[in-house]
Amino acid sequence: MTVFGPLGFSTPWLLAALVALPVLWWLLRAVPPAPVRRRFPGVALLLGLTDERSESDRTPWWLLLMRALAVAALILAFSGPVLNPQTDRAGQGPLLIVADASWASARDWPARRDRISGLLGEAAREGRPVAVATLTEPPSDGVTWRSADHWRDRIDAIAPRPWAPDDAAVADWAAELPEESFETFWLSDGLEREGRAPLLEELESRGTVRVFEGATAPLALRPPQFVEGEIELTALRAGEGDAVTAELSAIGRDPAGDEAELGAAELDFEAGARDATTTLSLQPELRNRLTRLQIDGQNTAGAVSVTDDSLSRRQVALIAPDTAEERLELLSPMHYLREALAPTSDLIDGVGDVDTVLQASPDAIVLADIARLSEVERDMLADWVEDGGLLLRFAGPRLAASDISRAERDRLMPVQLREGGRSVGGVMSWGEPRRIAPFDDDSPFAGLRVPDDVTISSQVLADPGPELSRSTIASLEDGTPLVTRREIGAGQVVLFHVTASPDWSTLPLSGLFVQMLERLAIGAGSADPAPEDMAGMLWEPVQHLDAFGTLGPAETSAGVDGAELAEGRAGPDLRPGIYAHGDRSFALNAVGRETELAAATWPSSIEVTGAETPREVSLMPPLLLAGLGLLLADILAALFVTGRLRPAAGTVARGAAGIAAFAALLLAAPAAEADDAEAFALRATSEVVLAHVRTGDARVDEIAEAGLRGLSTKLTRRTSVEPGEPIGVDLESDELAFFPMLYWPITADHPAPSDAAYNRLNQYLRTGGMIVFDTRDSDVADFGSSTPEGRRLQEIAEPLDIPPLEPVPSDHVLTRTFYLLDGFPGRHEGRDVWVEQAEDAEEETAEGMPFRRLNDGVTPVVIGGHDWAAAWATDASGATMLPMQDGRAGTRQRELAYRFGVNLVMHVLTGNYKSDQVHVPELLERLGQ
Amino acid sequence: MSAAPPSLPLRESAEALAAALPPLLARAEALAATVVLGEHGRRRAGAGDEFWQYRAAMPGDPARSIDWRRSARSDSPFVREREWQAAQSIALWVDPGRSMAFSGAADRPEKGDRARLVGLSLAVLLLRGGERVGLAGPEAIAPRAGRNQLMRLGTALVAGHDDDHAAPELELLPQGARAVLISDFLGATEPLEAAVTSAADRGISGAVLQVLDPVEEVFPFGGRTVFESMSGALRFETRQADNLRTRYLARLAERKAALERLARRTGWQYECHHTDAAALTPLVWAYHALERGRA
Repeated sequence: MTVFGPLGFSTPWLLAALVALPVLWWLLRAVPPAPVRRRFPGVALLLGLTDERSESDRTPWWLLLMRALAVAALILAFSGPVLNPQTDRAGQGPLLIVADASWASARDWPARRDRISGLLGEAAREGRPVAVATLTEPPSDGVTWRSADHWRDRIDAIAPRPWAPDDAAVADWAAELPEESFETFWLSDGLEREGRAPLLEELESRGTVRVFEGATAPLALRPPQFVEGEIELTALRAGEGDAVTAELSAIGRDPAGDEAELGAAELDFEAGARDATTTLSLQPELRNRLTRLQIDGQNTAGAVSVTDDSLSRRQVALIAPDTAEERLELLSPMHYLREALAPTSDLIDGVGDVDTVLQASPDAIVLADIARLSEVERDMLADWVEDGGLLLRFAGPRLAASDISRAERDRLMPVQLREGGRSVGGVMSWGEPRRIAPFDDDSPFAGLRVPDDVTISSQVLADPGPELSRSTIASLEDGTPLVTRREIGAGQVVLFHVTASPDWSTLPLSGLFVQMLERLAIGAGSADPAPEDMAGMLWEPVQHLDAFGTLGPAETSAGVDGAELAEGRAGPDLRPGIYAHGDRSFALNAVGRETELAAATWPSSIEVTGAETPREVSLMPPLLLAGLGLLLADILAALFVTGRLRPAAGTVARGAAGIAAFAALLLAAPAAEADDAEAFALRATSEVVLAHVRTGDARVDEIAEAGLRGLSTKLTRRTSVEPGEPIGVDLESDELAFFPMLYWPITADHPAPSDAAYNRLNQYLRTGGMIVFDTRDSDVADFGSSTPEGRRLQEIAEPLDIPPLEPVPSDHVLTRTFYLLDGFPGRHEGRDVWVEQAEDAEEETAEGMPFRRLNDGVTPVVIGGHDWAAAWATDASGATMLPMQDGRAGTRQRELAYRFGVNLVMHVLTGNYKSDQVHVPELLERLGQ
Repeated sequence: MSAAPPSLPLRESAEALAAALPPLLARAEALAATVVLGEHGRRRAGAGDEFWQYRAAMPGDPARSIDWRRSARSDSPFVREREWQAAQSIALWVDPGRSMAFSGAADRPEKGDRARLVGLSLAVLLLRGGERVGLAGPEAIAPRAGRNQLMRLGTALVAGHDDDHAAPELELLPQGARAVLISDFLGATEPLEAAVTSAADRGISGAVLQVLDPVEEVFPFGGRTVFESMSGALRFETRQADNLRTRYLARLAERKAALERLARRTGWQYECHHTDAAALTPLVWAYHALERGRA
């Protein structure tokens, strides 16, 4: 590769071709553009004419320039130009790529991966064997040399981990380094660690070591601490740089459960300071919804701190018996509860009323020696417990004296109690006070150490029963239950069989009391649980944090021992994230409370490069593109020069005009819509127009339209009604008022009209419109519902304002509006056709009159299934579209169908006129008198 | 599978021809319908066989023209007049040359299209007026009256030709007949002049309608161009077509003037029509040109 400044060429000899450019220029200039062939009848008139100038048109200079540039670009492209060529890195022997791959590498991981990829590419060119190792997960088999291509295929699998390299594991791996010499490239995350120096020593003994470090040192966030009602946050940085401000945001769930930013704070690093502290004040409501805190713009697991119970504070209501008597503060049960709960939860205290307490929706309610509750209060409490509340009751003199839960288990008590209580070791009793037995493994208190000095002197006794052992979660050494629990619905009721005051036992005086309350998830755990606090609890991972600081679903479900979790050292076996144990959750973060950050220091013999090294950029693709683009432009230009582009130019102009017209159309669309409506109205009203409802079924619509067209033709020929071209009506959008009659073919899957459309249809029916429903199945008449169309018709017609119906009576005016008919066949014939029932249907035929005198008006609906449109349908040339029966009968039936159509339209247009006509003789007679 | 019958290509081409015919006829009929016949006084008294009207005898009427039977029914003598039936023979010639198959723009009809339309429309008009219309040229059709003649004319008009230009053949026309020649007249003028002059010598009058595309009037070309006639028989190459424009236009004007001179000398009518104008104009012109020729 030849290098000129920042430019390198892989095949520089190709540049010699640039010399040929002037020759090309001269050649192009000498050759005129090819002639255009044109057909032209007037050529006869041209014969014999000669050109005035003997020399032809020269290729214009700009075209020449464009071609020369295109060729120059191609020559340059093929000579392989590279910007910032990296030619200085020549190594020998195997190459070991070591990456810290900790959370601190995550921020500029793409750059690191590019660097690894670049190294692999180089090694592939030079044929060097390569091994890649990440220190967060050192390869178990030491160093394996493989081809660079092998690693290149797996480059996506090389990813940072949300923890720091474990010094012991790194030392183990370093001990297994091969003896041969190799070159090492170390992608450091820039943080100082104990294990770094020994490893560096090992590596240097094998060959040269080069180190890559990110440009900026990462920031880290320690887990939040709850201090006096505020969240205290500490951020760390590795270097002692200038004064910097980092933005911090508190992320949690909004009431809808979506992620939202609940708060923000600024972390000010003073110049030279390695940490910055700030406080964040959040309302308890918001605080309980907090899921994580993060430093903005860092995208590393270290800059994210997921939160657990330690920040969410439970609301606990304390309800004490009304005591008129004044007691010493230290003898009050409430005092011990308050002391135990106040540091870790929000107390609702001093309210004796269950109703008021429940309105505050507490997480837990503590009833200290309360025996009597009104029935309403019991109901409310029971409901609250069913919904997930925790009811914690303490025994006491009142409970012991009452008859509650004696005859049968009270629903707000976990167990049935025996009459009275027992005292042991008191002044008036035998025996020693009892101790508490170690907790069972399946008890929520499992793992808690029982202090020797906790003794129980009095308690209420549970009535032995089959369920008692299951309910017992703590008992005395002699096996009598001390704490019993029962789950009710989503909640639970827990009973301490002793008082919350030191009257009956010394339990409230001990730390065990607080721990027990914590385990019951009343008081949230303290921020830094000691391993022994967590011992014996199996925590299941719920969510895992990745190196980039994103929470994802847990990748494994293997439970983790609480003691291990409490130690808080994240690693391959203990991934950062959120762990759960029952109702409690515990957050393990990449950066612990004691973590300190320090910038890595390297011996001066080590070459340390930063991320800012310019990347090698091949200029070949852009140059090739430019050359091809110029050549394409040259084609157009050549066409233009030779005049061939002219018709195309017209097309372009037309295209542009089309685009402009389209834009104008878009702008004018509302106006056009109004115009459309007007045009529709004009079309529908300038002539009598028959209309059909568009069903969406193309075939049915086509037949309906053809049918109405055929009927319109017949009407024009036979009557003085001369309808225009029929119109298909969209019920959802078109105005119906213009049409005297709507023909509505029903299909089985006809979509139901919208409410607005029903409104319009009802309005149409009320104002004198007529709808002809045609189920086209020849079997509608008795609403037999045996056909899908019939059922669909019933569904569609239900919201319509349809009067009572009857089959067309033999003297209905429809039978004689134009033709005298006794049947109404369409393509089918037979069953009845239904119309509005005559108001005075009972009227008898007057003497000598062929017809009853019936009401005025036009029937608003005609319902039939004879598929009239199919019988009427004609195509554009007037030929019938669908066959009828064979022979004369078919012709006759079609004729009758047309006659029915004519009668129908006449009925719509003339109403009961023909009904009146039959009275003419009578009228004439009267006039004569 | 059997081989296609040998008559198939013939039938195919016949069908192709017939396919073009009805639209042409329909358009011709439609065009002819727009011409009002009022002025054209074919319905008038004159020599003929058909009864036209009775009128009171006037001094100067020959006695044998008096219709005695009619006169006996009243007091004054009546003359029986017959309809003027001096039916004329009119020969159409529409240039079938390939040169007519040119159209300068996609939205303009070919010249030949327009020429056939005008010719056939004229035939419709004339046949409706009772004239006998025939076709001159190599596929001559003897002048005949009646609607059937229209079909024959239409069929013959659609037939194509191989050369760029064709020459009218008016030798077979009877004396006193009329001729309508429709072409672009861009080919050699000698055959035309010979035909028209000899026809005029035999007392045949007529009209010459030149149909040109606007492109031929404007010559909107430039640059290095090879011009080819429609059949490809003629080629002309130029390096700078735009330089030829004035000279081409001069030659075109000269050609038009020559046609006009020819028309004037022989008592014929000449008109130039462009395909971007309405087809009705040349139709009306041709119709009236025949009138004038008769007068």
